[in-house]
Amino acid sequence: MATITLLVNGNERRVDPAPEESLLSVLRNKLGLTGTKYGCGEGQCGACTVLIDGRSVRSCLTPAATVANKKITTIEGLSPNGNLHPLQQAFLDEEAFQCGYCTPGMIMSAHALLSTNPSPTEDQIIQHMNGNICRCGTYPRIVAAIQQASSTGGKRQ
Amino acid sequence: MTNLELQELEQHTIEQLRYAFEVNRRDLFKFLGAGLVIGMCAPTVLAQESGRRSQGQATPEDISSWLHIGSDGKITVFTGKVEMGQNIRTSLAQHVAEELRVPMDSITMIMGDTQLTPFDMGTFGSRTTPQMGTQLRKVSASAREVLIDMAAQQWKVDRSLLSAHDGVVVNSKNGEKITYSAITKGEKIVKVISRDVVVAPASNWHVAGINVPKVAGKSFVTGDHQYTSDITRLGMLHGKVLRPSAFNATLTSLDTGGAEKLPNVQVVHDGSFAGVVAADSQIATKALDLLKAQWNAPSQPSEAELFDYLRKNPEGNGGGFGGRGGHETGSIDSGMASANKKLEQTYTVAYIAHTPLEPRAAVAEWSDGRLTVWTGTQRPFGVRDELVEAFHLPPDHVRVLVPDTGSAYGGKHTGDAAVEAARLAKAAGKPVKVVWTRQEELTWAYFRPAGVIDIKSGVRDDGTLVAWEFHNYNSGPAAIGTPYNVPNQRIEFHPTKYPLRQGSYRGLAATANHFARESHMDELASLVKLDPLQFRLKNISDSRLRDIFEAAATRFGWDKQRPSEERGFGIAGGIEKGGYTAACAEVAVDRSAQTMKIVRVAVAFDCGAVVNPSGLRNQVSGAIVQGIGGALFEAIHFQNGKILNPRLSDYRVPRFRDTPKIDVEIIDRKDVPSAGAGETPIVGLAPAVGNAIFNATGRRLRALPMLATNIFDQHQQATNRKS
Repeated sequence: MATITLLVNGNERRVDPAPEESLLSVLRNKLGLTGTKYGCGEGQCGACTVLIDGRSVRSCLTPAATVANKKITTIEGLSPNGNLHPLQQAFLDEEAFQCGYCTPGMIMSAHALLSTNPSPTEDQIIQHMNGNICRCGTYPRIVAAIQQASSTGGKRQ
Repeated sequence: MTNLELQELEQHTIEQLRYAFEVNRRDLFKFLGAGLVIGMCAPTVLAQESGRRSQGQATPEDISSWLHIGSDGKITVFTGKVEMGQNIRTSLAQHVAEELRVPMDSITMIMGDTQLTPFDMGTFGSRTTPQMGTQLRKVSASAREVLIDMAAQQWKVDRSLLSAHDGVVVNSKNGEKITYSAITKGEKIVKVISRDVVVAPASNWHVAGINVPKVAGKSFVTGDHQYTSDITRLGMLHGKVLRPSAFNATLTSLDTGGAEKLPNVQVVHDGSFAGVVAADSQIATKALDLLKAQWNAPSQPSEAELFDYLRKNPEGNGGGFGGRGGHETGSIDSGMASANKKLEQTYTVAYIAHTPLEPRAAVAEWSDGRLTVWTGTQRPFGVRDELVEAFHLPPDHVRVLVPDTGSAYGGKHTGDAAVEAARLAKAAGKPVKVVWTRQEELTWAYFRPAGVIDIKSGVRDDGTLVAWEFHNYNSGPAAIGTPYNVPNQRIEFHPTKYPLRQGSYRGLAATANHFARESHMDELASLVKLDPLQFRLKNISDSRLRDIFEAAATRFGWDKQRPSEERGFGIAGGIEKGGYTAACAEVAVDRSAQTMKIVRVAVAFDCGAVVNPSGLRNQVSGAIVQGIGGALFEAIHFQNGKILNPRLSDYRVPRFRDTPKIDVEIIDRKDVPSAGAGETPIVGLAPAVGNAIFNATGRRLRALPMLATNIFDQHQQATNRKS
């Protein structure tokens, strides 16, 4: 195993991933960052979404070794001081979740959208978010939450 | 227990019923500190032993809920129900806050912990709100009255002068106040109450009936909430289980050499069970891949012959009339003879998977012969019993805890992952976590039963139903009875042998039975040339059902819709589990692209008095979205004991782009008791969509899922025949 450095939520973390070990597995099992979820392992559900240099990726399909020294942001990185990010606050305000298991992935995907398109149309939100599954079917409220965050400046960085 | 409740249980594949309650009241005080504990006898005990004053006399098995008022003023409520997205952690606390008259944030709900919470059969069948909600309301009201009694004794005043508000008892004469915690004086007091207390009617609710934000909502948006799969224990290992090559396969040989050569890997082989554990989840997966197993699998029915198989393989003696939802009134023969128009049709539903986004998972830990398991299940006590049986343990040596779970929809009744993790942990001597892969989830979990439904009906030219014969093979008896007035009926559920492991699913067979019934009603409306809504109303006498159809139609603008080749409109509805629902759907058909989309749905729902309107709307809208999957594309494909599409890339579930505009109309009936709401709103969607497809295309799709390709294949053929 080769030791690599991951830049996770602003911190340098040294880890020894197994060959081909996914970023998701490293985050959850080696770094204790369990906000990022496993849902399918094939990039179909979006529960494992994190940001790499601001762009959303499916961490279950991303070998950890390929993102060494890149800037990784997980759900835990959005509210470092306990102050909710506008997207998190919007999801809370709209109660845009039921079981909540998809929520971190939803928020990270929405974050990537608002980073490049701060005022997306409803259709743009739907197209961008289509890779994220909510089995509880909370989609209309998730769209509303993203709209709320966009109009209040969801792009905080 | 009523006959209906027994039937309900049977449909949820509950195999064991063991009433036991291990919590020692001293344990409760150890856990919570001093204070007042109020316990409430189960309703059945009340009925049997009415009149008994049981101050501490009831046996522990009788207690169905606990409430603790701490000397710090904190309220702790114990219920065996579990939270998996239905929002009951919040809605149940609303009932407690209301009757106990304390702030919401002073309440902590301890849920689904077999060591701390009273026995509960499980969280299913939409029973939490009508049963546990009422129960907790009574416990809370009892606790409030006990506190007023105690304050009256301490002050030596007439109790009629006292009232309770906001966690304090107030003397109306002199304005003197005492907090609940001060009343208990740091003593350890237990009171068991069996009297049936009076609770506030819904028309007087202040805390229930309004939008209260989800308890601990913040932990879900920050990623802090720990689901089972997020739990870590000191020294914990990761486990993987070897799956057979096909269903019903037996292991004939196992070569563990390759796996055991990996560092720090342990292989566990015990009878039909084989698995691996390793400190690293990646190594565990690799070790599993290195196990070389040979299996002997029998030949088994495949999807192609499924419906024929179900018809031809009756099972057990449960079929026929009485006890299984079956019944007969009047005479089908004379009814059919008096009909002007007759219709016979067959409807089918496929096997579908619950696909909870959090797959089955468990963390098991042994200590001094005692077993603790964290797992996402709807039946913590059922899973405890599975573990007791699997490991030959006394029940009080097993503790099952259910963290708020990443959804279930009826799919997490069993303890598969719990038993697997416990077996591996026993061998490893360390805690073990098992998290199923999506592929395991889509193969080795159980499915919503497939089924065949035959309907024969007769109607007069004026639209009066006169005969209704309904046979359901395998999918289940839920909502099998027709809510329409028909003098001559024969309705029967036929249990059959079945090729895949099957069990409960949100709404059970109510979805299949409504799909068949409400599609058939639409076909009859067309036969007698009546508007589908008017045809239904003509045959309804239940005013709540009539109201719900009219509410959905009004919200949708039913009367104003004009179908075209590109647009169709459909309506469907019914009654189930005490709830009334109707849905209207608008579909858009694109002939050139050969696609079809649901563009708009209006759903009306009446579940009696509403406890949390926002939470209820979330459930209703979610049920519509989930219903789209089974209506339009979800189907488990299988051949000779193997699942052919066990991946999300092959098993399509509803996504953002599939979601129509959804208008939810809630009828808040404060004059009738609250019914559960998690299931019933799903039943109207599929038939409303099927009826809308017919409205646009003239094609009647009688199989779920209603694939767009089936519209156009048949439509093309029909068009060709015409030209």
